[in-house]
Amino acid sequence: MIRSEILKEIAPILRHQLVVCNIGIPSQELHAIDDQPSNFYMLGTMGLASSIGLGLALAQPKPVVVIDGDGSILTNMGTLPTIANNVAKNYILMIIDNGSYGSTGDQPTYTGKKTSLAKVAEACGCERVVECQDVDTGAVLQEALDSGEMTIMVVKCDSGNAKMPVITIDPVVIRDRFMKAVQA
Amino acid sequence: MSISSKIVDDVVAAGIEFVTTVPCKQLAGVIDEVEARPEIYHIPSNKEDEGMGLCAGAFMGGKKPMIIMQNTAIGVTINTLVTLTQFYRMPLPMLISYRGELREPVACQVEMAVHTKALLDQLLIPTYHFHKEADADELPEILNYTFMCNKPVAILTDASFWGGYGDQ
Repeated sequence: MIRSEILKEIAPILRHQLVVCNIGIPSQELHAIDDQPSNFYMLGTMGLASSIGLGLALAQPKPVVVIDGDGSILTNMGTLPTIANNVAKNYILMIIDNGSYGSTGDQPTYTGKKTSLAKVAEACGCERVVECQDVDTGAVLQEALDSGEMTIMVVKCDSGNAKMPVITIDPVVIRDRFMKAVQA
Repeated sequence: MSISSKIVDDVVAAGIEFVTTVPCKQLAGVIDEVEARPEIYHIPSNKEDEGMGLCAGAFMGGKKPMIIMQNTAIGVTINTLVTLTQFYRMPLPMLISYRGELREPVACQVEMAVHTKALLDQLLIPTYHFHKEADADELPEILNYTFMCNKPVAILTDASFWGGYGDQ
C-alpha cells in the first residue's frame, strides 16, 4: 500500500480526532480524501508536525494524531527525545515510513536502508512503540487510541503518491477552524 | 528581587503557561526560574525550530506560549518563523539573549550579533532591546502587545542588561 491508500482506509477513524498532518503531499492527500475542520494541514515548515502535535497534546486533553513521515522525522530527529521525556497520554505519532521523501520526488531516505525509526524512538525513551505493516494501520491506530497511552507508530509501506490538488485554503482559516474544533 | 525573577513574574502575570527553552549562559538564571514555577509547563527543546513547533501546538490547544533562546537561533528558525508562526498568524514572544554585544568575550558571537537586528527587521518582527535593567519595565506591555497582534515578537537582552557575561 502507498500512503494515500492507508489514509483512505483510516479516514473513518481520523475524522473523529484532532489530526496534525505533515507538509506537502500527505496533507494534500488527507485534504482530498476527507477534509475536516479537525485537520491541521501544514503548508510549510518541514519536520515540525510531531512538535506541533506534542504541544497541542500537552496543552489540552483531547487525543491528537500526528501523521508524519520518515523524512520529516529524520529532519527533526531531536523531536523523539522531547516526546519521550514529556509524556502526553493523548498523543499518537504515526510515522508513515515509506523510505522516501515523497513530496520531492521519492528520493530514498535512510529508513529504507539501515536506519530503524522504531529502534531510535525506543532508544530515545519512548515507551509504547509499535512498528506495523500498512495493512494493519487501522487496527494498530484504534488500539493506540483505546490504550490511552502515548504511542509511536512506525507504519512500513510502499513509496508513492496520489495526484491530489494543492491546498488553497488560507492558513489563517485552517488554523481558526482547527482551534474551534479543539474547543468544541 | 533578581531580574530573572522579575521577568518570570511578568511572564506568569501575562498568563503564559507553556515555555520552551534552548539554553544560553546569559539566560541560565531565567531558565532556572521558569523551571521552578508551578504555573509554567517548561519543555526544553533540542533546537529552536522544534520549540517553535511546540509553541504553535500549545497555542492552538489554548495555552499562551513563549520561547527563550539565543540570538544565534534566528539563523536556525527563519523558515519556521515565516512559514509557521507568521503564515498562520500565531503569537510568539521570544526572549532572546543578544550575544556578541559589549562585554562579549567570544569573538564568534559577534558574527551573528551583527546580523541579528537586520534579520529581525527583514522579517518584519517587532523588536525590543533591553540594555539597562529598567528597560525590562516594558515587558508586561510587550507581552500584551504580542498576544494582541498575533505575531512573533523579539525581546533582545544583551550582556549589559544581565550584568555582564558569566555573572549570573
